[in-house]
Amino acid sequence: MFRKIAISAVSALALTTGAAFAAGGGAHVEDFAFSFEGPFGTFEEHQLQRGLQVFTEVCAACHGLKFVPIRSLSDEGGPHLPEDQVRAYAKQFTVIDKETGEEREAVPADKFPANTAAAAPDLSLMAKARAGFHGPYGSGINQLMRGIGGPEHIFSVLTGYEENPACAPDGIDGFYYNTAFANGGVADSCKDEHGLSTVPGSWIAMPPPIADDQVTYQDGTKATMHQMSEDVSAFLMWAAEPQMMARKDAGFKAVIFLTVLASLLYLTNKRLWSRVKGPKKH
Amino acid sequence: MAGIPHDHYEPKPGIQTWLHKRLPIVSLAYDTLMIPTPKNLNWMWIWGIVLAFCLVLQIVTGIVLVMHYTPHVDLAFASVEHIMRDVNGGHMLRYLHANGASLFFFAVYLHIFRGLYYGSYKAPREVTWIVGMLIYLAMMATAFMGYVLPWGQMSFWGATVITGLFGAIPGVGPTIQEWLLGGPAVDNATLNRFFSLHYLLPFVIAALVAIHIWAFHTTGNNNPTGVEVRRTSKEDAEKDTLPFWPYFVIKDLFALAVVLVVFFAIVGFMPNFLGHPDNYIEANPLSTPAHIVPEWYFLPFYAILRAFTADVWVVMFVNWVSFGIIDAKFFGVLAMFGAIAVMALVPWLDTSAVRSGKYRPKFKGWFALLCIDFVVLTWVGAMPTDGIYPYISLIAATYWFAYFLVILPLLGVLEKPLPQPATIEEDFKSHYADPAE
Repeated sequence: MFRKIAISAVSALALTTGAAFAAGGGAHVEDFAFSFEGPFGTFEEHQLQRGLQVFTEVCAACHGLKFVPIRSLSDEGGPHLPEDQVRAYAKQFTVIDKETGEEREAVPADKFPANTAAAAPDLSLMAKARAGFHGPYGSGINQLMRGIGGPEHIFSVLTGYEENPACAPDGIDGFYYNTAFANGGVADSCKDEHGLSTVPGSWIAMPPPIADDQVTYQDGTKATMHQMSEDVSAFLMWAAEPQMMARKDAGFKAVIFLTVLASLLYLTNKRLWSRVKGPKKH
Repeated sequence: MAGIPHDHYEPKPGIQTWLHKRLPIVSLAYDTLMIPTPKNLNWMWIWGIVLAFCLVLQIVTGIVLVMHYTPHVDLAFASVEHIMRDVNGGHMLRYLHANGASLFFFAVYLHIFRGLYYGSYKAPREVTWIVGMLIYLAMMATAFMGYVLPWGQMSFWGATVITGLFGAIPGVGPTIQEWLLGGPAVDNATLNRFFSLHYLLPFVIAALVAIHIWAFHTTGNNNPTGVEVRRTSKEDAEKDTLPFWPYFVIKDLFALAVVLVVFFAIVGFMPNFLGHPDNYIEANPLSTPAHIVPEWYFLPFYAILRAFTADVWVVMFVNWVSFGIIDAKFFGVLAMFGAIAVMALVPWLDTSAVRSGKYRPKFKGWFALLCIDFVVLTWVGAMPTDGIYPYISLIAATYWFAYFLVILPLLGVLEKPLPQPATIEEDFKSHYADPAE
């Protein structure tokens, strides 16, 4: 009796608690398979390098990455750039030296500079600060295979710009209509009698940042808007969770070790109890 | 230590006797480890060891995390990122610690509900139960303050909302709130004191756990039949029990290993599953998140807090008889703490002479409903406060109180219990063949 109750209660609990994280807004988040999703997923070095290029040439104009040390660009399981390239890369940034208080060229030991010029949010943790997936039934269990949905959210915002909807043909002055951005303002003419938005997404302050062929990829990949958005989303996932490969590796080792240990303990337990407890009757 | 007769440690002449006369520590360890344990304990009796493991895990990972963490409003968030990126294995330590809190509460809820079903709270185990409730309260305080330390958006706004509860106390509330916060709002002083207490309380919990174990080692374990171990002689007692070592140590370790497989899979493959994305945004006192949601393990009581709104007649009535002193907000706070209080008082609210729910046909149904109620409260605690959700909260919260205050007292009188086995041995033999055959 109790076991039945306990099992059903536990499974029901597992199904409901994920709902705690359901986000508001009717924004559309496109799901597609990144290489790093699921327990077996890994970052793809070349994609991260392309993403870094997009970040540097496009995003870095307004956004910072203030928690990410530049040296981690050479880490294994990340973009894995040669160290001399990282040293050369660092030189393009200017930082304030902590000891002298003077401006100098950045070195790999420094972090990417913060960028507050356009009041744009820092992107260090953006891929973890947005959750796209809550299913099935709001449980969020699908995050195990599909990831948290943050990079998909970034991708969807980058590619979600559309013409102003029919309910507000002139839009909002100084803002851009985006079908994936949930947290912005909505034109009054696009609200129903309860004040709820009738259109997907909202208006965002960031102008459409990415266009076809905006960068020239060094590895020859064609720089479509879709490709660039995907690459930079993957890069930002790495920036938010640079130790992901090490974590999954540790997870596998622990799960395998504990499974073996549990099997041995099961056999030990069975043998031990066989002295005092016979097979179950009926 | 135990009241159940069993073999005790006999120091051999020489160093053993010398030490035993000065400090009987080996004797204490022996009696603790060899304590006679009812041989019919089922798999719901394994959560104690999981909880002990959680406490050790949280203290060990926590002590290392503290070596790299900075409790200051300008530096806390960055120091957590430093742990996640630069400290060797720091990301694993932090994810183990954060998810360890969830495992801790998951296990404690199963442990509590096991006690509620098998009547583990009944005489002579009331003190074990009360000490357990104190541990649970200390766990909640510790977890709440720990969640504030990363200084993300949910940390900040969660702290603002929860300390606001104390502000709802009539008259002295605002003063208490300011005293708790160390100022008019959540700020550096708050972060510092929460850090200090978050480090202190686990050791208080450890002491309470020792008392909890001491208490039930004095009364002996409860068991699925609720029938007491015979204490008439050592021989009789041995028919009902087996020594804790090796039988239950190995069994519990096996169960722990299985639980940890799932735990490490979550830590390794979806460590942010139980967290809130907003907590990866640094705290900003000027920007309130759209939904402030506590951690999942607080949701049942959070739902009770929110259930009693100003338009509920009980709230209006209490408001009227108290001349407006108890408003809806304070009523909600009273209800939340009351929900835990009625659970703590269950040894005196349950009037049934039968201990185990196994032999209480009517009780089983009401108890199953309580389990469902708890799940519903957890779910609705995460939902918005419009539409149908306030009604669900109110019904679920009402059932919680009704179970403890009305149903349990009445059932003891109205219910006709099933026959119980005379001894644990008899029950055991009716379920399992004799291994000698």
